[in-house]
Amino acid sequence: MTRVRSKKSKTRKRGTRRRKPVAWDLRLYVAGTTAKSVTAFSNLKQICETHLGGKYRIEIVDLLRNPQLAQGDQIIAVPTLVRRLPQPVKKIIGDLSNTDRVLVGLDLKPARMTPAASQA
Amino acid sequence: MATKRLVKEMVGIGKEPTGIAGLDEVLFGGVPKGRNTLVVGGPGAGKTMLGLEFLLHGARDYGEPGVCMSFEEPAEQLIANSTSVGHNLRSLISSRKLLIDHVYIERKEIEETGEYDLEGLFIRLNQAIQRVNAKRVLLDTVEVLFAGLQNTATLRAELRRLFRWLTEKGMTTIITAETQPGTNSLTRYGLEEYVADCVIILDHRVNEQVSTRRLRVMKYRGSPHGTNEYPFLMESSGISVVPITSLGLTHKAGTERISSGVSGLDEMLGGRGFYRGSSVLISGTAGTGKSSFASFFANAACARGERCLYFAYEESPSQILRNMRSVGLDLEQWIKKGLLRIYAARPTSTGLEGHLAIIHKALTEFDPSVVVMDPITNLVSVGNLPAVKAMLTRLIDFLKLRDVTAVFTNLTLEGMVEKTAIGISSLMDSWVLLRDIETDADRRRMLYLLKSRGMAHSTKTVEFQLSDRGITLRGEKAGVVSLEKGRK
Repeated sequence: MTRVRSKKSKTRKRGTRRRKPVAWDLRLYVAGTTAKSVTAFSNLKQICETHLGGKYRIEIVDLLRNPQLAQGDQIIAVPTLVRRLPQPVKKIIGDLSNTDRVLVGLDLKPARMTPAASQA
Repeated sequence: MATKRLVKEMVGIGKEPTGIAGLDEVLFGGVPKGRNTLVVGGPGAGKTMLGLEFLLHGARDYGEPGVCMSFEEPAEQLIANSTSVGHNLRSLISSRKLLIDHVYIERKEIEETGEYDLEGLFIRLNQAIQRVNAKRVLLDTVEVLFAGLQNTATLRAELRRLFRWLTEKGMTTIITAETQPGTNSLTRYGLEEYVADCVIILDHRVNEQVSTRRLRVMKYRGSPHGTNEYPFLMESSGISVVPITSLGLTHKAGTERISSGVSGLDEMLGGRGFYRGSSVLISGTAGTGKSSFASFFANAACARGERCLYFAYEESPSQILRNMRSVGLDLEQWIKKGLLRIYAARPTSTGLEGHLAIIHKALTEFDPSVVVMDPITNLVSVGNLPAVKAMLTRLIDFLKLRDVTAVFTNLTLEGMVEKTAIGISSLMDSWVLLRDIETDADRRRMLYLLKSRGMAHSTKTVEFQLSDRGITLRGEKAGVVSLEKGRK
């Protein structure tokens, strides 16, 4: 499936470990190309572009192709976005349509603020 | 047995044996094959253990590998817990017959941001099933998801889909769920609405400081099943259920006779002793020699080369051995030869049901031809009279079915001879009454045969003596004292 990288990183196959460290290492787990996974991906890209500048990497894991990763990475819901870096690891589930909550999940915004419209 | 015949007659619904002692009998063969079974119970009721045993027996004994998806405990913890009840899950895991996947979910660490489904869980389970070629699945306790995820509507829809998917894959599945006391709903999240094929309820009750585990099959679509509450045990060898109430009055009555161990008493019993497979009650006031009679009976059985199981609820084994030496009985030799086994326990060590389960298990393991319970009176201390009677009925049914001859002793209070026989006399085939009679400065031991079904027997009251030469009965005519029912 599609691999999307920030402009700075180079093309590399999944699983190779010697990556250039980036500030934001994100993984989006999906199960095939579904409406939800497409929505999640486009939402994620938009949020990253807006809030993370170029300092991020998104890796998409299709669990239909790599089913063993569901157990290894403790995934039950899809889509699930995992923030691998910066630590600690965070999990954000759903199609990421609620930008506010995504930002809270990514620690870009303090939790439990006024449920007002997104300031993003 | 009737159970097996019924199962054979049933076409349509396949059964998968759980392998748990007694449970398959209650379920008339096992849980529904290729379908879902809900196991409901409170915390500590034994849901997980039941589920794991189902997987264990499947993998080890029936060639059906299994997958355990644990939502609560990590695999290591499950393995350790089941080791404590005598199961070796690790070897099954390493031989790829069992797979445990711990699903870790913590609400605090999850942010929900829109639509999602649980396809990840499906993929994960599917992967696990493929890896060990599983036929059995345990979901323990899937309800944890409700605490971890906020979108209950999605969760419900997905669980419904999951259970259907498991059925489509032909998995025989056990799903555990917590009870929700005080509501109309059986389980906290109403899972029984989705899992409708078979529902088993586990219960852990404490009555007057004594706990008893019970199991009940609430529902079994397309199959008959035992409907009572059955006691079950969780101990070093796993779970065992006692399906005694499923038996009825179907035992055959033989004509073989066996010695009571006291020649004078045999004489009174038409000269040939008790019927094999009958139940004998020896009641009497304190110190009248009930245990001695019971021990002589046990001794005679062992001398014939038969196995005897002795349940002692008052004395320790060594105390019994010592006391019986004083009346000339060497019971120790039978223990050494493996013919006699004494099981001693305080009545309060467990509830009545627990005792019944223990007795049941011991009987199945040791397979004795005679059994002594000394005394049953003490069991009253852990249950009320109707409960004791119900338990004894079940026990006696079970004994008769196995053609086991049983001697029960019962302590009676002075002047209340029959009343304190806790209404169990109707269950007994023979009833020997022992009494002390004070005459002048002497205390004389008297014996009276109150009833003995199906045989000509003496109706006389006979004096007997306990000495290091054993029990000797005087001639029937000698020392006759009137002894009427219920009156001193």
